[in-house]
Amino acid sequence: MATENQTEIRSAVDIVTARQRGRALALELGFNGADVTLIAAAISEVARNIVDHAKSGEIVMGSVATTQNGGRTGIQIIARDQGPGIRDVAQAMQYGYSTRKGLGVGLPGAKWLMDEFDIASEAGRGTTITMKKWKR
Amino acid sequence: MQVPILKQGGYLIASIQSVLSDSDLVQLRDNLGERVGSYRSRGVIIDVTVLDVIDSFATRTLRAIAHMLKLRGAETVIVGIQPDVAFAMVQLGLTLEGVGTALDLEEGLAYLDEKTKRAPVNGN
Amino acid sequence: MRQSVNVRTHRPAVLQLKLNHPIRPMKRKPEFKIQNITHPSTPLADYNDPLLRELVAHLRQNRTQLREEWARRITDAQLLTAMTKEEIFSEATSVYDNYVEVLETGSVEALQAYARNLSERIIPRGVETHEVVGIVLLLRDVLARSLFKKYQGDFDLLNRVLDAYEPAANRIANTVAVSFVQERERVIRQQQEAIRELSTPVLQVRERLLILPMIGVIDAHRARQLTEQLLRGIRANRAKVVVVDITGVPTIDQTVANHLVKTVEASRLMGASVIITGLSAEIAQTIVTIGVDLSKMNAVGDLQGGIEEAERLLGYKVISTAEPVGSTAAKEQGA
Ligand SMILES: Nc1ncnc2c1ncn2[C@@H]1O[C@H](COP(=O)(O)OP(=O)(O)OP(=O)(O)O)[C@@H](O)[C@H]1O
Ligand SMILES: [Mg+2]
Repeated sequence: MATENQTEIRSAVDIVTARQRGRALALELGFNGADVTLIAAAISEVARNIVDHAKSGEIVMGSVATTQNGGRTGIQIIARDQGPGIRDVAQAMQYGYSTRKGLGVGLPGAKWLMDEFDIASEAGRGTTITMKKWKR
Repeated sequence: MQVPILKQGGYLIASIQSVLSDSDLVQLRDNLGERVGSYRSRGVIIDVTVLDVIDSFATRTLRAIAHMLKLRGAETVIVGIQPDVAFAMVQLGLTLEGVGTALDLEEGLAYLDEKTKRAPVNGN
Repeated sequence: MRQSVNVRTHRPAVLQLKLNHPIRPMKRKPEFKIQNITHPSTPLADYNDPLLRELVAHLRQNRTQLREEWARRITDAQLLTAMTKEEIFSEATSVYDNYVEVLETGSVEALQAYARNLSERIIPRGVETHEVVGIVLLLRDVLARSLFKKYQGDFDLLNRVLDAYEPAANRIANTVAVSFVQERERVIRQQQEAIRELSTPVLQVRERLLILPMIGVIDAHRARQLTEQLLRGIRANRAKVVVVDITGVPTIDQTVANHLVKTVEASRLMGASVIITGLSAEIAQTIVTIGVDLSKMNAVGDLQGGIEEAERLLGYKVISTAEPVGSTAAKEQGA
């Protein structure tokens, strides 16, 4: 069974580590080249948000399975931090919305790249993003 | 890791050698700005063939580099974006509007020749 | 009110689906009911069971006769019509021997491998799932009848023999059916994939110019596949211009329209320009209604016009230029 791994995110260098691990895991799980890149890009976005908006946090990834739709397997990525949290999640999910001079692409973009995207955030307590992609 | 910058005629070629961290990209921006000034380069090629992901930060930085260089009188062309990387970029909603793109180094040079030969002619 | 909870559903969905499929009625009803079919991995009766051993010995002794009886019943039931009598007999022999081996060893692995191999060979000849399920059930029936005959004097013993036989027989039937269905699904998937690739080749008309003729109804999955194919094609052929011809696409929905735009943008990121041709009035209307920015797309009426435009972009000029060619080509080597 594929390995689950955890990456501490403290600086921009860790973003590269996280997405390389994601790429390796996705390949191991049998995703094709195009999907592997989509997964790596999504990891890059949420990891960068941790560095940019919460200073530090972690990314945990592993395999995931469901019995729905005739049984599918995939990859699950959890990005967690104890940063400032997001006051208005719906607003943050809007394409182009950014509280710094970013493109405001990270959150909505990561959602488009993955099959499932769940964000839980509380002002002052932190943010947890859980995203999944299923093998086609 | 630093990005080597090569001078080729009136152009500069920056070949990204491995996965870039953000500070590398920022440094690249500063170095290119400086060299374009000192060499009076008319064109810059940034070769991203080895990049496995171009995310929103990288896109923003590449765009910023291109716009900054334009203000300094140089055209920028990004070459070598891989099929999967391009696909992930558009899925993210990222484009390189206002920045030239070409398939590879050779095409990048042709692109710059085409772009920069017109500029002086326009004067009359 | 008590809610009944169904706890018997722990078998592969695939099997459940296929067993609900009507099995061609057999000439006579089997002497025993088809009960819950056991999952292949369910541990079975003890194979040291003396009854099973006796059973195996019986099947070995009567191999020739039972095999022939089975082959005959297969022909009578008009199963495996795509195969000759000789072929049926030879396959029947192999299945029979594997069958006895399963009863003897309790391991279905060899049978599974054989069933896969058999499926691989007969699927291309059009053998259907119901036929395969049918022949295995027939074998069960043939063997059960011979057991009846042998033990009819001792009803109690007969019952015990059948109790030992039935779960094993079910497991065998299950193994063969599942192997077949899985193989068949694999083949179908492969064929669909092949048809898809065939129906939308990326054509290189001349150096640096690709044409992607889209044909048929495009769904999101297919649209994505096309995009991936095109982007790889751009790199492989070093294409500079791509003509996407959608004359053959009757309608598109929002997802696909958005995909089209993404394809154009991704191609541009790789340094290639895209020209869309064959945009019908309806599709153009759809695209506008959806709110997709058509100005981002270089649309040309028909394929011919698209290719001409592509050639112009590639610099195959037929037009007269005000500037004499070459006057500006000299590089300024000032420094
Ligand atoms: N982990 C986080 N903790 C706190 N706030 C966050 C976090 N992630 C995102 N946000 C908030 O959500 C906003 C939108 O995030 P998003 O990633 O879409 O854009 P961005 O990071 O501002 O710019 P880009 O990702 O395009 O460079 C951010 O500006 C920030 O205010
Ligand atoms: Mg972001």
